[in-house]
Amino acid sequence: MGALLNQRFMTLAVLAVVIAVLPLVFPSSYYFRVASLVWVSALAAIGLNILMGQAGQVSLGHAAFFGIGAYAVAIGPTHLGIPPWAAILVGAVLSAVLAYLVGRPILRLKGHYLAIATLGLGVLIALVISTESGWTGGPDGMPVERLTLFGWRVSGSNTWYWVTGALLLIGTWIALNLDETPTGRAFRALHDSEVAAQVVGVDVARFKLQAFVIAAVYASIAGSALAFMNGFINPDQAGFLHSVELVTIVVLGGLGSIVGSIVGAAVLVTLPQALTIFHEYEHLLLGLIIIVSMIFMRNGIVPSLSGLFLRRARS
Amino acid sequence: MAEFLQFLISGLTVGAVYALVALGFTLIYNASGVVNFAQGEFVMLGGMVTVFASAAGVPLPLAAVVAVVAAVAVGLLLHRFAIEPARGASAVTLIIITIGASILLRGLAAIIFDKQFHKLPGFTGEAPIDVLGAAVQPQSFWVLGGTAVVVVALYVFLEHTLLGKAVLATAANRLAARLVGINTTTIMALAFGGSAAIGAIAGILVTPITLTNYDVGTLLALKGFAAAMLGGMGNPLGAVVGGLLLGLLEAFGAGYLSSTYKDAFAFLVILIVLFAAPQGLFGRRAVERV
Amino acid sequence: MTILTATDIGISFGGVKAVDGVGFSVSPGQILSIIGPNGAGKTTLFNIVSGIYAASRGTIHLADEDVTGLSPHDLAARGLSRTFQNLQIFQRMTACENVMVGRHLREKCSLLPALFRTPSVTRQNRETRAAALDLLASVGLKDAADVPAGSLPYGACKRLEIARALAAEPRVLLLDEPAAGCNAVETEEIDHLIRQVADRGVAVVLVEHDMKLVMKISDRILVLERGRPLAEGTPREVRDDPKVVEAYLGQHGAREAARA
Repeated sequence: MGALLNQRFMTLAVLAVVIAVLPLVFPSSYYFRVASLVWVSALAAIGLNILMGQAGQVSLGHAAFFGIGAYAVAIGPTHLGIPPWAAILVGAVLSAVLAYLVGRPILRLKGHYLAIATLGLGVLIALVISTESGWTGGPDGMPVERLTLFGWRVSGSNTWYWVTGALLLIGTWIALNLDETPTGRAFRALHDSEVAAQVVGVDVARFKLQAFVIAAVYASIAGSALAFMNGFINPDQAGFLHSVELVTIVVLGGLGSIVGSIVGAAVLVTLPQALTIFHEYEHLLLGLIIIVSMIFMRNGIVPSLSGLFLRRARS
Repeated sequence: MAEFLQFLISGLTVGAVYALVALGFTLIYNASGVVNFAQGEFVMLGGMVTVFASAAGVPLPLAAVVAVVAAVAVGLLLHRFAIEPARGASAVTLIIITIGASILLRGLAAIIFDKQFHKLPGFTGEAPIDVLGAAVQPQSFWVLGGTAVVVVALYVFLEHTLLGKAVLATAANRLAARLVGINTTTIMALAFGGSAAIGAIAGILVTPITLTNYDVGTLLALKGFAAAMLGGMGNPLGAVVGGLLLGLLEAFGAGYLSSTYKDAFAFLVILIVLFAAPQGLFGRRAVERV
Repeated sequence: MTILTATDIGISFGGVKAVDGVGFSVSPGQILSIIGPNGAGKTTLFNIVSGIYAASRGTIHLADEDVTGLSPHDLAARGLSRTFQNLQIFQRMTACENVMVGRHLREKCSLLPALFRTPSVTRQNRETRAAALDLLASVGLKDAADVPAGSLPYGACKRLEIARALAAEPRVLLLDEPAAGCNAVETEEIDHLIRQVADRGVAVVLVEHDMKLVMKISDRILVLERGRPLAEGTPREVRDDPKVVEAYLGQHGAREAARA
């Protein structure tokens, strides 16, 4: 138990140190921006990892909740006069309620059927966002008012680096907390054997739904953060390709590994930025890197590498 | 009536393309258990290679053959260098690999070809044919006829050739198939090649109607996957019916209800169908063995 | 006084009557064994009783309550627990965590305290782990507590499943071939364990192929053949029943057995 506590503490400490130290080596505000993008994507991915890696339920439409969070902070203050900070909560609650309502019928599905149903849900929400242009600005997107907290106007790449970094720390802390509780164990149990979980009394439907709602709230808050940070939002953030990107981050980093989701986000967000120097070869290389790393690290980067180190250490 | 007929024919035409993509999904899924998200890229390749080959002076029929051969080669390479080395990996890992392949192929197409939209001439002219008051592009008949030929050919292959039966046996039980001496690796390669060919044919047939560019594959893969699931994953007949149904839903939804929400009807119906029948329309209900 | 009663249970798969008109009842502290040749419907019967399959006919009563058609987790909440013939352990969790999941119904499981790990969550975790370690010790797996369950040998997994089922503190325990794949020593241990459990007042229903074990510990035995009840009685009555001998050994074997 002590060892487990330490591992949790160490993970958080290392993450905090990385967030604190990185700015010392950043040569320009561009780096702050990219790093903030990593933190935001990691936050959404950690939530999705609770659903996919812990509870074993796939979602191919998760960007929809990201979009709801993003558009809540865009639409709320602009059209409804909701204070920007409150709009974050409105988005999170909306996402949670929606996940709760559609989760029950959707999560009865298994495997590829679950994949297509969540995909369909995501496509539907993205469609509503890009079609109802009176509210959302349509495919062109819409501007987002600056976030003001107690009179403090949150703006600038450096500020948002710290805000998103703090959000990621909190998200990581909560996810690590959850792992070692009856709820976290129920998630992992139903992932390994639904029927065995049921016969010891785990209400499988209820826990799948909880994981789905948690993942939706993570994505929603990440979406709100990104919208504020960019000061602008468009429907791509809610679209299928962004859903696929989130799933890829989770799987690439390692299903079930919270650190993996952060590493996966770091790789998948910085890689396209780094690959822009290859101009038109960017997508070719990105695809190639995804294929090669999944072949050679099929359990994801973090579990594969830590497995390798453990074996080294033992021999 | 003319309007109804118009929607019916355009729905069936689009649906036929979805059906072919879904059929490609099903073929690979049955042989290997892989859900291939690069399926739409085969369709893109079919269209793009034909466009560029015929622009280079190759006669259209020959350009089409070149396109199918190119797609089959890509399908075989995909299997050999991306799927086969990851044998035994989890389903979701394999899906990510095919997503990687889809990004790679799109990037490759953008480099080799370009990012513009391209059109092929209709195989037999462009003048609309009047069918009971509905104006139908002649190419629609090519799409419907071509799809029918592919479906019948696939049926004959699966049911009446030894190789086809080996594919079915592999689909039913991979281990048992291997035990009776079927080389399941060859069967999987065959499935990827065949599926690529079917996708390419769909691309060639539909490009005169819908245009093509390096990026058309994503949406088609999505719709094809949806069609395959609507019919019940792993069921070729279900894939065809699912594809046609999806096309019709979109056409009638767009025509009678709202054209901006065209894509929504299809997914709304899929959600409703899955809530009522969690194994798709023609899927078998599996009994959990514990 | 019976605690679990199944009456006239029937189910068919694609026209085949896998279980057809089977009933049994068991009292607290009693061990009922269900035996029969492969395909007799023993595991299917377990799957119906534990709520995994829905029977096409028949009723199940648990402590005077009609529980027919309830879901497995509702049955678990009413005191029914089971193990599986083809292991259903949580592979990616440690042996101890497997048993801790077995304590699920005994734990408070609200989401918000879990997210913020309140002291009460930590305290409960400690208690659950202690209880799980005790149970692991009782099945001889104390040393394997922090080993991933997926890497345990078969016999250990079997015992781990029993510990997990016991963790729920059931009133009725269904054991599906607990001794399968175990050596003589392990079988002996399982024998003791089952007896102990029954002595604590738990009703045990056992499906088992090890006849020595069955004859030794059962209070009563129900024999199934092709989904139908063939005989029921004490171990002695069942052993001497010519119908049972014939079902197991065939007519020729039965003649041989009679001659011997």
